[in-house]
Amino acid sequence: MPIFSFLAYPEKNMKDQLIKDLSHMDYCEVKPSENQDVLILLTDTPDEETNKDLITTIKALKSLQSLSMTFGHTDV
Amino acid sequence: MTLTRRDFIRAMALKSAAVAAATLFPGISFAGWTPTDLPADSILWSKTPCRFCGTGCGLLVGVSGQRAVAVKGDPNCSVNKGLCCVKGYHSIQILYGNDRFTTAYVRKNGKMVPTPIEDALDIVASQMKASIEKNGKDSVSIYGSGQWSIPDGYTASKFFKGCIGTNNVEANARLCMASAVTGCLTTFGLDEPMGCYEDIDNADVFITWGNNMAEMHPVLFSRMLANRKSKTHVQIIDLTTRSTRSSLAADKSILFTPQSDLAIANAICYEIVNNNWVNQEFVANHVSFHKGKTNIGYGTEDHFQFTEKAETIDFDEFKAFLSDYTPELAEKISGVSAEDIKYLAALYADPDKRVTSFWTMGMNQHTRGTWINNLVYNIHLLTGKISTPGNSPFSLTGQPSACGTVREVGTLTHKLPHGVVMNEGDRKMAAKIWDVPETNIDPKPTFHTVEMFRALDRGDINFMWIQVTNPMVTMPNLKRYREGAQKEDRFIVVSEIYPTPTSDVADVILPSALWVEREGFFGNSERRTQHNAQLVPKPGEAMCNTWQLIQVARRMGFEKQFPWKEETYIEDIWNEYTKFHDNPKHRMASYKVLTERSGVQWPFVDGKETRWRYNGKYDPACQADTWDFYGKPDHKAWVWLRPYEPAAESPDREYPFWLNTGRVLEHWHTGSMTRRIPILHKAVPESYVEINPEDARSLGVVNGSKVKISSRRGSIVMKASINGRGNPPEGMVFVPFFDESYLINELTLDAFCPISKQPDYKKCAVKLERA
Ligand code: SF4
Repeated sequence: MPIFSFLAYPEKNMKDQLIKDLSHMDYCEVKPSENQDVLILLTDTPDEETNKDLITTIKALKSLQSLSMTFGHTDV
Repeated sequence: MTLTRRDFIRAMALKSAAVAAATLFPGISFAGWTPTDLPADSILWSKTPCRFCGTGCGLLVGVSGQRAVAVKGDPNCSVNKGLCCVKGYHSIQILYGNDRFTTAYVRKNGKMVPTPIEDALDIVASQMKASIEKNGKDSVSIYGSGQWSIPDGYTASKFFKGCIGTNNVEANARLCMASAVTGCLTTFGLDEPMGCYEDIDNADVFITWGNNMAEMHPVLFSRMLANRKSKTHVQIIDLTTRSTRSSLAADKSILFTPQSDLAIANAICYEIVNNNWVNQEFVANHVSFHKGKTNIGYGTEDHFQFTEKAETIDFDEFKAFLSDYTPELAEKISGVSAEDIKYLAALYADPDKRVTSFWTMGMNQHTRGTWINNLVYNIHLLTGKISTPGNSPFSLTGQPSACGTVREVGTLTHKLPHGVVMNEGDRKMAAKIWDVPETNIDPKPTFHTVEMFRALDRGDINFMWIQVTNPMVTMPNLKRYREGAQKEDRFIVVSEIYPTPTSDVADVILPSALWVEREGFFGNSERRTQHNAQLVPKPGEAMCNTWQLIQVARRMGFEKQFPWKEETYIEDIWNEYTKFHDNPKHRMASYKVLTERSGVQWPFVDGKETRWRYNGKYDPACQADTWDFYGKPDHKAWVWLRPYEPAAESPDREYPFWLNTGRVLEHWHTGSMTRRIPILHKAVPESYVEINPEDARSLGVVNGSKVKISSRRGSIVMKASINGRGNPPEGMVFVPFFDESYLINELTLDAFCPISKQPDYKKCAVKLERA
């Protein structure tokens, strides 16, 4: 039951789109920064397979430039 | 409101991200949300450096009961400021693979038999003694690692060089950073980068020379991206032989023909000199010019010898030499347009831009590795862009303690913890600190890594102890060395945590304690020493590698040199080791300071870390308030005249493709740890060969088709990857080496840089067939 947090960097001028894209996805919680071009993404999935698929989908988003992980817990 | 355990962990995850964001973007705020302090939990968090790469991220490992259960980036560690990559976050799972060695094994009648560890240590000691009695002290050897903790390497050096008296001590870091060492020594007279990761926050331009930081140094890459994000003018230029994830994120990616970086660097210097962009004042006061031998060979034959001969030259001779490297001539060699070469030169020379160059294996695993290191230093020296914040020629290390354990402790045949075996003063110092007769330390180096394995094959070495590395996957021209290790009267001891192709050839396997199961120290790429405490119990009879060495040394009669108690030996070793570096050029922090902080950079003088060496504003060892390259007798950095020379083996009609090898983000080296982490294994379950789509079309292969790759040394069949995460140019293939089911090093060539003796894993010739 993995829980991860990331800093997510949007592509240029696509922060709002990225917030929208991520907010619509299952297992994702988003905390956008109000004064920087970055947002916090929390993923909380039932199993590693779902987590892997979710990350693959997120990484394919056109609005996302890159993800930097900040926390990982897989042994809940 | 009561928090469930899951709520608590979610809150912790959000808080970690907020702390990392605040470190990267001071003053950041989040709409309608403030991270709150969390109530105390049963998880106990402790700092440790990451087990994997040379970036040296600080982690906080959460332990519940006696088990490590969670990881977060350590916000107090200036390396990663709370960030971490996918390997770091899953690192604790390497402790818990089902097939951990928890007992020793000894080969009896061809079968590995579980054996109490004390009995196995007796056997190791008696085999070493027998080999020395029969074949002399130079018949025994130890092969360690840039993943050795510092006390492991220090104990191995003291035991083998000081007590037994053989210089048969090498480490796998010879395969990954020896050219960076000889590059530093020839240019500056002292090893290791002058700058630090703060250069990443200060540079305006990053030029990466043949490295894929997005996958190999992902946290540093994130820091580069964060810098570019916060300052719109920052540029990242990717000079590369194959398109990678780093190329995609760069502002400009420039493809060059393998080995031609030598010509490109010289052409950049040509432009700087011929446009009068040289920083005249800096060069006049801080630089001298030199040339060495040329046509220096490739070391493919046994007993290859090379001795450099340096001659001082003047600026005019250097300028005349560069006339062979006009951008137009370099374009013919490299395939990089003259326009792009001029563009790079203009970036380096722009007085308003701070420039950092990064490199790793592309420049170091190179048959002219020392030369290309020298040449990139030349660019920075001609422009005076060195040792100030953001101006930094920076060789990144691959392994977590290649710097700390191999470069600083000196676990290479010619090295001592301070200086080299050839120097009488250095031998005297070592003999005194080690409490051994001076005559014990042999003044002659023996075998560098490739030659050590050749000696094992020839029978000049009969006994080899391998710790924390997997040479039966990583040696180039592997078949020869595997067969050598399996010959009749060879005795191989392997200290390991999991079964590997190397433990398969062992006569004794000693189960090792791993990372936070024992106390230790690593030293990262930016001269930062990091301490880790033991956080969880060792499984079964697993034993710390340092303690294994001490136990065998004592059995061989060296109790006096290894008197320490099990409770305190790591601290005792640190106190002894740091005597070697007790001077302003390399003083290291005390044990106490290291246990308290998330890493400390050396030289650590009067309680202060040194961020930029050789610049009197920052470095207490400088004799003036300006630059002082005190590693060289003339107190100057040396610009070297180094020509372009071709690779040892290039594509031809019979073998028309370059073979390039390397790593992927998810796997660490040979995959013996990361392939046991389910999520990482699933992400990249097996190795593959990247082929350019045009070449694939000509061959008639599609994604996933089986392809046979053959070199003059061997062949392998694996699946094709077309337009995958990397894309080689036409005429090149790339194969990651993490998968022991596909031993790509049976195809690579054991050619090396004659100065550093580091093999070139990036260039040999192969042919492809549909399988
Ligand atoms: S970048 Fe390197 S040191 Fe940092 S977490 Fe990843 S593997 Fe570990």
